[in-house]
Amino acid sequence: MFGKRNSLYGPVDPAPETGYVDAPARKGFFTDTSICIGCKACEVACKEWNDVPGEGFDQLGLSYDNTGSLNANSWRHVAFIEQPRKAAEEKAPPVELGMPALRPDGVGATDVGGAGGSDGAEAMDFRWLMSSDVCKHCTHAACLDVCPTGSLFRTEFGTVVVQDDICNGCGYCVPACPFGVIERRKGPQGSKNVGIAQKCTLCYDRLTVGETPSCAKACPTESIQFGDVEELRERAQRRVEDLHGRGVMDARLYGNDPDDGVGGTGAFFLLLDEPEVYGFPPDPVVTTADLPRMFNRATTAGVALLAGAVAAFVGSRR
Amino acid sequence: MSSDRTGQGSIHDRPGPRGRGAERSMVPPAEFTSYYGHNVVKPSPWEHDIPAYLFAGGVAAGSSLLAAGASLTGRPALRRTGRLGALVAFSFSMVALVHDLGRPMRFLHMLRTVKLTSPMSVGTWILSVYGPFAALAALAEVAGLVPAGATQGRLRWAFRLLDRFGGPAGVVAGVTAPSVAAYTAVLLSDTATPSWHSAYRELPFVFCGSAAAASGGLGMIGAPVTQAGPARRFALGGALVELVMERRMERSMGLTAEPLHDGHAGRLMKAAQSLTVLGGVGTLLAGRSRSVAVVSGVALMAGSACTRFGIFEAGQRSAKDPKYTVVPQRERIAREGPTRYPDHPVGGP
Repeated sequence: MFGKRNSLYGPVDPAPETGYVDAPARKGFFTDTSICIGCKACEVACKEWNDVPGEGFDQLGLSYDNTGSLNANSWRHVAFIEQPRKAAEEKAPPVELGMPALRPDGVGATDVGGAGGSDGAEAMDFRWLMSSDVCKHCTHAACLDVCPTGSLFRTEFGTVVVQDDICNGCGYCVPACPFGVIERRKGPQGSKNVGIAQKCTLCYDRLTVGETPSCAKACPTESIQFGDVEELRERAQRRVEDLHGRGVMDARLYGNDPDDGVGGTGAFFLLLDEPEVYGFPPDPVVTTADLPRMFNRATTAGVALLAGAVAAFVGSRR
Repeated sequence: MSSDRTGQGSIHDRPGPRGRGAERSMVPPAEFTSYYGHNVVKPSPWEHDIPAYLFAGGVAAGSSLLAAGASLTGRPALRRTGRLGALVAFSFSMVALVHDLGRPMRFLHMLRTVKLTSPMSVGTWILSVYGPFAALAALAEVAGLVPAGATQGRLRWAFRLLDRFGGPAGVVAGVTAPSVAAYTAVLLSDTATPSWHSAYRELPFVFCGSAAAASGGLGMIGAPVTQAGPARRFALGGALVELVMERRMERSMGLTAEPLHDGHAGRLMKAAQSLTVLGGVGTLLAGRSRSVAVVSGVALMAGSACTRFGIFEAGQRSAKDPKYTVVPQRERIAREGPTRYPDHPVGGP
């Protein structure tokens, strides 16, 4: 386990690394937030397909976000960020983002939702960022590493899935996740899998019959793109270069690099601002990358404790 | 959370001076951004069962060490305190660990695999080895308390077995006990919880010191001063290690040491320090007076418990505040650039 190269850190193809022979290509999502319109179809489709319970309607007062976060009962979460527009962007030329409803005055397509289509209205002094967040299906998944029961497992598609009938709700995966995705289901009372860790499965059941995950299927703008991770990475690279070429210099990829702290994510993103603006950690590192060092320190401390006990007796007079 | 919510969406926050914590913070205030002030990582769903277990597990481990030593050096009262203390603390630990599960009826699922990447799995197996031996030693101790006449009945064979194997079982429990005390530090550190992960270098020493102080304290309470010499030395050494390593830990944690000083966790850590110092000083005088020994022992045990609860609470708080996730990562990027294989970052997730 520790012996294998890169087994805790660095670029690997997770399914063959786990031991699958002739595994299919790794599957994942490329979520292009620059064309997300915040419709939440992904949230709804996910809940419907996966039978994820609702918790009633809660007005959070966070722009249009009444979901709040990824958690046991929300496996897709659309973030809404109303942001004062930066000076540099005001000078930027109009940008065609490939959206169906670009307005002639050239306000960015991500602004479409708020303006109500009123032509001639003064240019808004803020921009609206929308992003559909999801489990990252990390190459080095801390949740899977720390799971003591083997409930969390790596599928043949390179994704990370909880086995509901195995999980005993120890909760260790919850603080282990560097993205704050997985959570133990607290309720509502009477719903299934209460007390068990829950998160996105990348629609494992659909994948096994060659179907697209429900969120990607429902996304009307193809902001959520499903496919082979390798191909998606190339597509994302082309997309970000395209946007840079059109002057959208804020565009950047998040999670696409197999050399990053979690070995790259199976679900990665094109963002228009720093990751933490969307609630992402700016430079996540899988906690188990440090595990050999942790066990070394603990072993030293344990030996010291034993030596201390011996010394306590050897040095004592009767 | 010090963020004002005037802005919509991303909140630019300044982790400014706040209470006493700020004076000790090693890191200059930096601006950071978050999504409506929401936490990035999730706090563990664990409740007070877990810090209580950290304490009880330490007491059990140290007590088994003392019991084994006492058994080998002929100190029957210290042996009895150690063995019985270990069994009580271990039993409490098991109840706490099972109670904390989301599905307690499935606790045996812990045993369906051996997983070195999971400190909880490693810990389960450590406890599975340690527990039966500690229990056997304690049973032998109880059997020894039964009047001689009562051991000649139909259960005579059982008493004889316990008499025969109690000693060796106690030694095995003692040898496996240090891993019980030490692994719990890895259990906490192997998470994305900022104040737990960044403490991984020193936390095992803090926890082992804390275990020695608490179990030594228990030995001082339970055994007469003539037999409790090793317990006093063990407790004193443990208290010193706990105090010194806790300070070193805070220095190496940077910004994430802040939750150890603020609020509820801060009060617990302060109490832990005072109680441990008090108990340690008392231990120096405890060789002459049983009542001083009892008071010092209680102080050391209480100090150990406060350490465990304080570190637990500080971690939970650090997970709930995006500052402790975002700022250290931003500082690392400013220092070393974004993490890229094969370079391994200094510090945590």
